[in-house]
Amino acid sequence: MGVGGYTRIRTASDDRHETNVAAKLQSMTANAVPVLEMIGVSRSFPGVKALTKVNFRLMPGEVHALMGQNGAGKSTLIKVLTGVYPPDEGSVLLEGKAVHPATPLDAQHLGISTVYQEINLCPNLSVAENIFIGRYPRKGPAIDWKTMRTNAEELLGRLSVYIDVTQLLSAYSVAIQQMVAIARAISISCRILILDEPTSSLDEEEVGMLFSVIRSLRDRGLAILFVTHFLDQTYEIADRITVLRNGELVGEYMASALPKFDLITRMVGREIGESSFVKAKATDASANAMASPRRTFLTARGLGRRGSIQPLDLELKNGEVLGLGGLLGSGRTETARLLFGIDKADQGTIDIDGHTVTMSSPKEAMKRGIGFCPEDRKSEGIVAALSVRENIILALQSKRGVFHFLPRKKQIAIANAYIKTLDIKVSDMDKPVSQLSGGNQQKVLLARWLATDPQMLILDEPTRGIDVAAKLEIMGEMLALCRKGMAILFTSSELEEVVRCSDRIAILRDRKKITELAGAEADEHTVLKVIAAGHA
Amino acid sequence: MDLLRNASDLTRHQLFWPLATLALLGVFNAFFSPGFLHLEIKSGHLYGSVVDIFNRAAPLMLIALGMTFVIATRGIDISVGAVVAIAGALAATMIGGTLVIKDGVPEYVTKVPIAVALVAALGVALLCGMWNGMLVARIGMQPIIATLILMVAGRGVAQLITNGQIITIYYQPYFFIGNGFLLGIPFSVYIVAAVLTALVLITRRTALGLFIEAVGINPTASRFSALSSRAIIFWVYAFCGLCAGVAGLIVSSNVKSADGNNAGLLLELDAILAVTLGGTSLAGGRFSIAGSMVGALIIQTLTYTIYSIGVPPEVNLVVKSIVVFLVMLLQSATFRRRVFRTSGMQESAE
Repeated sequence: MGVGGYTRIRTASDDRHETNVAAKLQSMTANAVPVLEMIGVSRSFPGVKALTKVNFRLMPGEVHALMGQNGAGKSTLIKVLTGVYPPDEGSVLLEGKAVHPATPLDAQHLGISTVYQEINLCPNLSVAENIFIGRYPRKGPAIDWKTMRTNAEELLGRLSVYIDVTQLLSAYSVAIQQMVAIARAISISCRILILDEPTSSLDEEEVGMLFSVIRSLRDRGLAILFVTHFLDQTYEIADRITVLRNGELVGEYMASALPKFDLITRMVGREIGESSFVKAKATDASANAMASPRRTFLTARGLGRRGSIQPLDLELKNGEVLGLGGLLGSGRTETARLLFGIDKADQGTIDIDGHTVTMSSPKEAMKRGIGFCPEDRKSEGIVAALSVRENIILALQSKRGVFHFLPRKKQIAIANAYIKTLDIKVSDMDKPVSQLSGGNQQKVLLARWLATDPQMLILDEPTRGIDVAAKLEIMGEMLALCRKGMAILFTSSELEEVVRCSDRIAILRDRKKITELAGAEADEHTVLKVIAAGHA
Repeated sequence: MDLLRNASDLTRHQLFWPLATLALLGVFNAFFSPGFLHLEIKSGHLYGSVVDIFNRAAPLMLIALGMTFVIATRGIDISVGAVVAIAGALAATMIGGTLVIKDGVPEYVTKVPIAVALVAALGVALLCGMWNGMLVARIGMQPIIATLILMVAGRGVAQLITNGQIITIYYQPYFFIGNGFLLGIPFSVYIVAAVLTALVLITRRTALGLFIEAVGINPTASRFSALSSRAIIFWVYAFCGLCAGVAGLIVSSNVKSADGNNAGLLLELDAILAVTLGGTSLAGGRFSIAGSMVGALIIQTLTYTIYSIGVPPEVNLVVKSIVVFLVMLLQSATFRRRVFRTSGMQESAE
């Protein structure tokens, strides 16, 4: 029992009415003093409410998992805790006293340390230097290398890591570097440790090693906040789970009292019930089926890439939306990247219109009639400082080649046409695209690819981070394109959207395709069950 | 009010501050260096300080053209000075030249036909650029490191070509490139004009300008939009090498010799400065060819000014750097906002 260490210290008086585990947990929850508490914390950014009156508490001696989809507010919550953003309202209490960490350094002095997903240490310094950077032990004016070394060894020893601390950090694996980051964090402060997706680049054995370290830290009374997208890991390590969705608190649960299926439904959205969406899709689908028999456009067989996605089969047909279902990190984007030639597959084949092709680059994919709206709009999609017009014609111009420059008049005509059909809200098409809202930027990307007249579109999270109205418009546009005979591969973190729009859903979990659902069986409930079970 | 808005539109134009700087230098010279604006036609040639500045700025302008594209792709090329030396050395060595008296008529003879020498020198310069392009685009080296290799090694190559000597050229026709006049105007100005016109046409009439900007602003998004980012980056460096080669010919022709050690020395820094003065950001993206040209002229005019008003040689580099520093401050929007904030607020309040 994970909370054991804590109860032994704190609940001597409660022992009397300990009848069963549940009661014990409840009483503990009721009586324990959280080491950290957030009450009614809100934080907005221009146009987005990232956190809305969220309550959160962290007990000493527990591993607390923070769960939620993309945009649920996990990282904002962590950033409020660590002083990156001040909250707009609400308060943060540390052992009952209100604190206002203004910088990460402040938070560190308060005893809140964070180990980030992408390790932010210096690979070109030694392990010992990394642990004590900025606070080297001194001997007079000189650095006391010997003390630093022994202290570093002792700290790492506490984590059962025995390595040569004088070696450069870069000489060690990511897992060890993670341990060094943790050693640094606990050497600074020993109250609260925040681990932001620490396992995303570790293999199974390394995860096991990390978890045993986390457990031993927890047993020493540290409060650990753990963020991950891996469900199995959550259940393996977490004592308590807080679920956020769209910046709001869904609830706080004991891990043992929350079945995996319930966790997923809480992360994904409302209780599954009747949905007007499903109807909409059904009619679309039947209209489609009547319109024309579906021709297979692209077939992938055994397509895979080591370390990215396990071999899978996919078939994309004209006039059909194939949804990729699965949680974050399940391999959706990786699949899309293979199909568009961004990453090269190391096994399997892709056939287009019956011919085997090598998808060596996005340019090659474009020539084969594929378009791709990437997941990360800002860094992979828009060319921020270029105008809306230039962004729209970019892929088409690439298709025509550098010498067949689209005359300005034609550029304007094309841009105007898409601004109109996609209802892009823009005051001046010669303004930089970065001035548009997220939803309108997404439409610009869609326009960029539609201008190339593709046969197949890959839409990787086209609805991410945009408002509801824009989401509906994008999905409506997608279904309209599909009716015109385009093959579409659609992914979204919002399972409901995938279910609503897709004719078939390929379900991924842990970088592997589990199964494919079609027609009536592709409802949200079944999909969630399949994801939770991990097999068809 | 309207006037004010027009004025602020004007100051926001990309070329406003570079041109203002150049004008300021011009006005300064008009007052302090006698005969600055004086132009005269001597034996069919146009002479004067302004002509001189254009003539002397030609190599820098050419290199700044190549550098503009490199910088627009977020890169930098610090090997251009060395490439100038290589091209000059190769041309000088191949031409060499001797004065032969044939039948009582003095005649200049080259070792190889001048056309071959020119093509060879430019070809090697292009190869140098392609080498840089390969390191940056294919191998993925940091541009400053990739071109540092050639910056250092290139001087050695130039020395090897000239055998460590300063090669003097004795072949009259070659001198025309750097010293000749056509219709009264220095020939080197024609070269710059030709390259400049070609580039303006290419960037206006083809999608190259758009592609270079897109790659410079966001290489990933450009690749995902099916642009061949690598090919674009590769050819940009290749072109920059070629520009340096042409500049090398002008320089060696102008001084009638090739010095592997000193030809084009520190020219790369002047070129980077010219591009920056012209308003192209070192962070890549939007570029201004015209701006780079103005930038090159600013540098050359500044050099002229320092010599003509008689700044002692031992402090002239200090004076130059102070002026450059001030110009850069003036061109920084952040700095202007900070300094002129109060007055700006008053203006808008009225």
